[in-house]
Amino acid sequence: MGETSLFAALGAVIRRDLLLAMRRKSDVLTTLFFFIIVVSLFPLGIGPEMAMLRQIAPGVLWVAALLATMLSLNRLFAADHADGTLEQMALSAVPLGVLVTGKVIAHWLLSGLPLALLAPVLGLQFDLATGSLGVLVVSLLIGTPVLSLIGAVGAALTLGVRGGGVLVSLLVLPLYVPVLIFGAGAVEADLTGLGATAHLSLLAAFLALAAFFGPWATTVALRIALE
Amino acid sequence: MILSKPRSVGVVHNCPMLEASNLECVRGEKSLFRGLSFRLEAGACLMVQGANGSGKTSLLRMLCGLAQPAQGEIRWDGEPIRKLAEEYRGELLYCGHAGAVKDDLTALENARISATLAGAPVDEAAARQALRQLGLKGREDLPARVLSAGQRRRVALTRLLLEKRRLWVLDEPLTALDKAAVATLCGVIDAHLAAGGMAVLTSHQDLPLAATHVAQLRLD
Amino acid sequence: MGNNGGFENRFGMNTRLINWFGYASPATFYPLAGKMIPWFWALAALFGIAGLYVGFFVAPTDAQQGEGYRIIFIHVPASWMSMFIYLVMAFWAALGLGFNTRLSGMMATSLAPTGALMAFLSLWTGALWGKPMWGAWWVWDARLTSELILFFLYIGFIALQSAIDDPRRADKAGAVLALVGVVNIPIIYFSVKWWNTLHQGASVSLTRSPSMAQTMLWGMLLMALAFWMYAIAVSLTRVRAIILERERHAGWVEELEEVAT
Repeated sequence: MGETSLFAALGAVIRRDLLLAMRRKSDVLTTLFFFIIVVSLFPLGIGPEMAMLRQIAPGVLWVAALLATMLSLNRLFAADHADGTLEQMALSAVPLGVLVTGKVIAHWLLSGLPLALLAPVLGLQFDLATGSLGVLVVSLLIGTPVLSLIGAVGAALTLGVRGGGVLVSLLVLPLYVPVLIFGAGAVEADLTGLGATAHLSLLAAFLALAAFFGPWATTVALRIALE
Repeated sequence: MILSKPRSVGVVHNCPMLEASNLECVRGEKSLFRGLSFRLEAGACLMVQGANGSGKTSLLRMLCGLAQPAQGEIRWDGEPIRKLAEEYRGELLYCGHAGAVKDDLTALENARISATLAGAPVDEAAARQALRQLGLKGREDLPARVLSAGQRRRVALTRLLLEKRRLWVLDEPLTALDKAAVATLCGVIDAHLAAGGMAVLTSHQDLPLAATHVAQLRLD
Repeated sequence: MGNNGGFENRFGMNTRLINWFGYASPATFYPLAGKMIPWFWALAALFGIAGLYVGFFVAPTDAQQGEGYRIIFIHVPASWMSMFIYLVMAFWAALGLGFNTRLSGMMATSLAPTGALMAFLSLWTGALWGKPMWGAWWVWDARLTSELILFFLYIGFIALQSAIDDPRRADKAGAVLALVGVVNIPIIYFSVKWWNTLHQGASVSLTRSPSMAQTMLWGMLLMALAFWMYAIAVSLTRVRAIILERERHAGWVEELEEVAT
């Protein structure tokens, strides 16, 4: 199997998952609206003082992004598992790790990327300055792929398991803690004038680590689930 | 079921060979079969028969490497399939109960995408040709959602025509197929065997194959 | 094994290897564990009594914190054990995935509840200690927060294993989770520490307290040993129960005195 055909297979999986999502848009949109609604509820619960909202904005946006990603994890492998596609992937001449990486990238394009692009609009509700909005978007762009990569391991482990949907949150949310700390921390550091570079570099380091280990662990977990 | 002597079926020698030795399958706490050995050579077909729950699907999944036998080993060309991994999967085509057909994709998209996922992309003309051969002319661009169960099965079976694989492992390929489709499928399998391919399959119905090297394996 | 026999004999490692892996078989391990358990209980009691004696009667009263500090003789060993047990669990998990030994998965499963208990004990005693020290039951101290997340990781492991019916799949899935967790624990600990220093000044930490007397350290070490022995005794008992449950139809189980009645 040459390198070019591996990339061709990777591209094919991404295109396929995007095509399937286009045919069934409601799945993607539900997650997005969940994100919007959760973020908008916080001012109602806390009160409209702008100084307070500005202070909690990074945390609120990031926690909401975590929860929205969690919600979308179930559809990552469940449908392919149910209709036998996952078995075919596991038996493909293309290494399963490559196909899994493609699925995770597609998952991020359909959940993390829209969240990151939507976040500045919601940030305006919390009176964030333009500079901080930029940092928020960058932190989400680097951080949400990590969420997809770690989440894929959880989704694979709970595949076809009783109460898998709730269980996946129990497994994955504690592992999301570092991303939350440095993601929200980046925006906060920018707000307090400390500069967000350190936080963002650490997030990038997490991304490198997750990109290396995540697909491997997901592949092992999927083979266990299929057995 | 206990088969002490390995059975050997086939005509052409010095070709890759599928060999199962002393397999045991355990489901829950029950041993479904043990001491199962057979050899399958080029041009040969193995029909696995047995009642529901006798371990037919489990055996087929073991042959694919999806499940591990509790005991015993499966070898392809003398090498354990665990070690061969992708190399073996490149020789293998498995068609299970679930057809891996996506409701939201058209018949044509399903055929092309499953070939690509298997690592053997095909162009549109080849995919259309395969769909026509299986009697889906005029339905190539309909979403699989609106197709009947038999038609969806045919979409799943286009992989037999599109992926060039030496070993076919087919679990109940006749399910939901009508008479004409069964005849077509038998023709496809016969052509595969005549060209030196191998097949392992299960079926509750009779499969009127013309091939002569068909062995029966009963799991009871 | 036919082909490997020659190779192993040539290197003369055959017998030692087989002996070593012999204990990995549940049938051999079950009676062995049964013999070891009373010893570990005895050691746990011995170290526990010695540790508590040192902790309550020998160690001096702390200059800043009075008598309340004595809870560290439970708190610190429990925290150590909670982290250590996770490492041991991940070790068994890796062994089970790598060599496909049945006993490894059972060991990991049997350690998880004890690890969770230790994490919980550490949180609880941390809260009891925090009230007189900080005037609050809970403070977002880096150590306490990491311990809380570790507790969540244990709960996740236990929940995943109990949601899967097939014990072999449960073992393997748990193993992957434990390994993912063990890679993450240092990252989580480091992140929480960073987060903590940014949000508040470094908290008073007993273990870093410069005034810690030699006897306090001895008390903690003795208690840590007691907890260690307790953890081994309890998880061996648990692993015996798991072996009986999973192998109940195997011949050797039916021949056991306690099963035959």
